[in-house]
Amino acid sequence: MNEMASSVTDVRLVIDGKRLDGRSPEDLRSVRIEAGILHEADGSAFVEWGGNKILCGVYGPRECIPRFAASPYRALVKCRYMMSPFASLEEHSRSGPSRRSTELSKVIREVFENLVIAEKFPNTQIDIYIDVLQADGGTRTASITAAAVALANAGIPMRDMVSAVAVGKADGQLLVDLGKAEDNFGQSDTPIAFSSRDKDILLLQMDGLLTKEELLRAVDMAEAAAVNIHALQADALRRFYEQPSQKRFEM
Amino acid sequence: MAEELKDIVMSRIRKDVLLTTLAKGTRYDGRPFDGFREISIQKGALKSADGSALVSIGGTKVLASVKFDIATPFADRPKEGVLISNAELLPTASPSFEPGPPDENSVEFARIVDRAVRSAECVDLKSFFIEDGKVMSLFIDLYVMDHAGNFIDAGTLAAAAALADAKMPKLEGAKILRGQYVGPLNPRALPVSVTMIKVGKNWLVDPSRDEELAQDGRLTIATTGEHVCAIQKGRGSITKGELTEALDIAFKKGNEIRAMIER
Repeated sequence: MNEMASSVTDVRLVIDGKRLDGRSPEDLRSVRIEAGILHEADGSAFVEWGGNKILCGVYGPRECIPRFAASPYRALVKCRYMMSPFASLEEHSRSGPSRRSTELSKVIREVFENLVIAEKFPNTQIDIYIDVLQADGGTRTASITAAAVALANAGIPMRDMVSAVAVGKADGQLLVDLGKAEDNFGQSDTPIAFSSRDKDILLLQMDGLLTKEELLRAVDMAEAAAVNIHALQADALRRFYEQPSQKRFEM
Repeated sequence: MAEELKDIVMSRIRKDVLLTTLAKGTRYDGRPFDGFREISIQKGALKSADGSALVSIGGTKVLASVKFDIATPFADRPKEGVLISNAELLPTASPSFEPGPPDENSVEFARIVDRAVRSAECVDLKSFFIEDGKVMSLFIDLYVMDHAGNFIDAGTLAAAAALADAKMPKLEGAKILRGQYVGPLNPRALPVSVTMIKVGKNWLVDPSRDEELAQDGRLTIATTGEHVCAIQKGRGSITKGELTEALDIAFKKGNEIRAMIER
């Protein structure tokens, strides 16, 4: 690790157009989505995305707590993104919220505030709980993908669906859906969420260094990948309603 | 946060008035849609810090302090110094800020500025290595003293100006000799952020507080001159076309403002 950290630029992440795990630059990792896997939640989803394992439960619309925070015009959308202390291959980390999880909870909530038809449910709240059980890079985009399925599964009316993916730059190349190593040793990471029908950008963050042209190309690559993710989300929901929770859930 | 009827009614009235004004092609204060308010930068505002700056954008005032300390490096970066950014939305600054632990807005603010400074590679963290297990840490503290809108850009600018003002402390072994310096820090790049909000179909650069209260969306883009170094979308949605235009504005305005720091 010491060796690697001190010579980041020497790490080859793309060799002959193939990435460490054999993917080409536009390829997603394998993504498995299950809808309605929780018994108690109003809606739920489980997403296994590369080495990420993410659980999402949705509750509501239900009474707003505290009551004075309720809006007489619309439901409040709330979101809690949490990284479990056992989520990384490295040491056990501290439980509870971090500055990172506070920021991610905010930006994920802001994605769904655009979609949920909150005016239908005044004085209530809708809770989106996201638990990252295992992390392998790209947890925020996998979380958004999971939460969209869980909200649909809860029957909460939405203007559109949303699918998210990160495009990064590693080894001088733009790569869709960065894995952990690509993210750690890459030069840039740009997580993006697209609404499925309108193609509006609902989440956009970026770090590292990109030119304007690279950034716009990254957005195009994410848009293309989001179409594939949306198909998997729709398929998960279809499977749930065709054969509701007959199967034993395994993660 | 409680949504009081008064606030809801006021924000709707405000938005109606603002949209009417914008339809005439002008803003409350007569600025063009892509115009900043007056910017002033006072470098070296604090004697107690190793670098500092007070930045005003219109009525908004943000103070940035840069201060060195000694720290243990992170396990995965044993040869690199540590950069830590913190932000306080002082209750002094606005009736909407409350005392207490940092809320999501101040955490987001600190992380945007941190991302811009880190991605721009302003400082060479490897040069902060002292000996095994000991490195220098660099604290960037941002105090929002007066919030008249757009504290994000004022904060990024204050951080960049404070880094431009900062001096490298003199070391004795693994101890900092306070008040003694070996020379300027000389940041390698200066990130400048440009924040725009969407009101109806209009994009407004450097929103005032009144404009922010009517916002349908927000986008912050930080640049270094040739590169984009950080982006954070706030509320709302944007199209690819809007993003392309926003990038052009961010580079143009960013370059104009960067020249003010270097002056």
